[in-house]
Amino acid sequence: MAKYHVSTTINGEPVEFLCEPQQTLLDVLRDDLQLTGSKEGCSSGDCGACSVMLDGRLVCSCLVLGVEAAERSVETIEGMAQGEQLHPLQRKFLEHAALQCGICTPGFLIAAKALLEKNPDPTETEVRYWLAGNLCRCTGYDKIVRAVLDAAAEIRA
Amino acid sequence: MRYEVPASVAAAVDLLATPDARVLAGGTDLLVQLRAGRIKPATLVDIKKIPELKQIHLEPDLIRIGAAVSGAELGEHATISKEWPGVVEAFELIGSTQVQGRASLGGNLCNASPAADSVPALIAAAAVCLIAGPGGQRSVPVEEIITGPGRTSLQAGEFVLEIQLPRQLPNSGDAYLRLIPRTEMDIAVVGAGVNLTLDDNGVCTAARVALGAVAPRPLLVAEAAAALCGTRLDDTALEQAAAAARNACQPIDDKRGTVDYRINVAGVLVKRAARIALQRAQQRTPRGH
Repeated sequence: MAKYHVSTTINGEPVEFLCEPQQTLLDVLRDDLQLTGSKEGCSSGDCGACSVMLDGRLVCSCLVLGVEAAERSVETIEGMAQGEQLHPLQRKFLEHAALQCGICTPGFLIAAKALLEKNPDPTETEVRYWLAGNLCRCTGYDKIVRAVLDAAAEIRA
Repeated sequence: MRYEVPASVAAAVDLLATPDARVLAGGTDLLVQLRAGRIKPATLVDIKKIPELKQIHLEPDLIRIGAAVSGAELGEHATISKEWPGVVEAFELIGSTQVQGRASLGGNLCNASPAADSVPALIAAAAVCLIAGPGGQRSVPVEEIITGPGRTSLQAGEFVLEIQLPRQLPNSGDAYLRLIPRTEMDIAVVGAGVNLTLDDNGVCTAARVALGAVAPRPLLVAEAAAALCGTRLDDTALEQAAAAARNACQPIDDKRGTVDYRINVAGVLVKRAARIALQRAQQRTPRGH
């Protein structure tokens, strides 16, 4: 099958890759670009473990084709920390122990970051609704919500 | 499978006229079906690079929404949210924040689920689809697009260019409600959209009522609307509209609800949605809102 040549931007860096048309962006990130922070959970857009930003929009990378990333900007969990400097959300997830097995964590962090960029002072209800598309099979939602609210408060301060 | 990104409507029509070509807009239904092997298209035609498919135009009598506009973009549009809160709320009920970032109005319609949340709200709003195809363009009321589960009245090579909403009239309001057993991320057991206009005395002069998930396709229920017209939406009128709604239902039994339950809930939701639409109509000042 013919491969498509795709030029895109990932975490601010120009990236080129070859992919087959049916490969999802998640497949490309994980299997071809070794960016394995985005996780594969359901592959149907229900669990949010593969969440990335595409041109500033929160999306499930399992519901985006790799070829669709052409000439667009992708942000993944690998771009969240600045070197050794964790993003406040990442620090607060650690402080609040807002993770158990950790598979859902990258998706929650990306989704929470998108929320705080849009709404720096969300209520608990707003956090819970925004994150409704991120599933934690360990069911540690309460600590996740607290960590997001605490990170929001710190970023606002 | 080929992937094509036409830059114009004409180029998209040519590509869609080839065998087994499918439209890709937000992909939130299509990619799931593709992965599950339920569809095996020869060509995916990504319509998002056609400029007019991603634009919203406000005209004096019409709001033209490109078929590939996402739910997130729709929800951020101040005028549409103000004039058609029921349509916007209905679309925003679909999936998660992530799905909203991609899912399109045209896609929710053409995926042709009987339970598609945006469709009863669009039907209640008297929305019209502008369709492009090998024979040129044509306009079709939204209620004539879905013909059954997964089936539409679109002909080979045709695709939806835009969804057109009328500018909402003064003293008018719309609402959409759905029942799901939880608060988010589920498929409607029943959905009900209501849109109505009042005169200066608060009497309903025009109404449209639509139901989802209670028949093989979303329904426009003229009898329910007729029960509201000429009334102030008193309890008797609301009960008559509910009875007409129940009467129109031809639901199936499935894991989401039984036939009896769906029929009963359809009546309840029509009453509740009509009350919300009434409140909105009462709050909307004449032109210049």
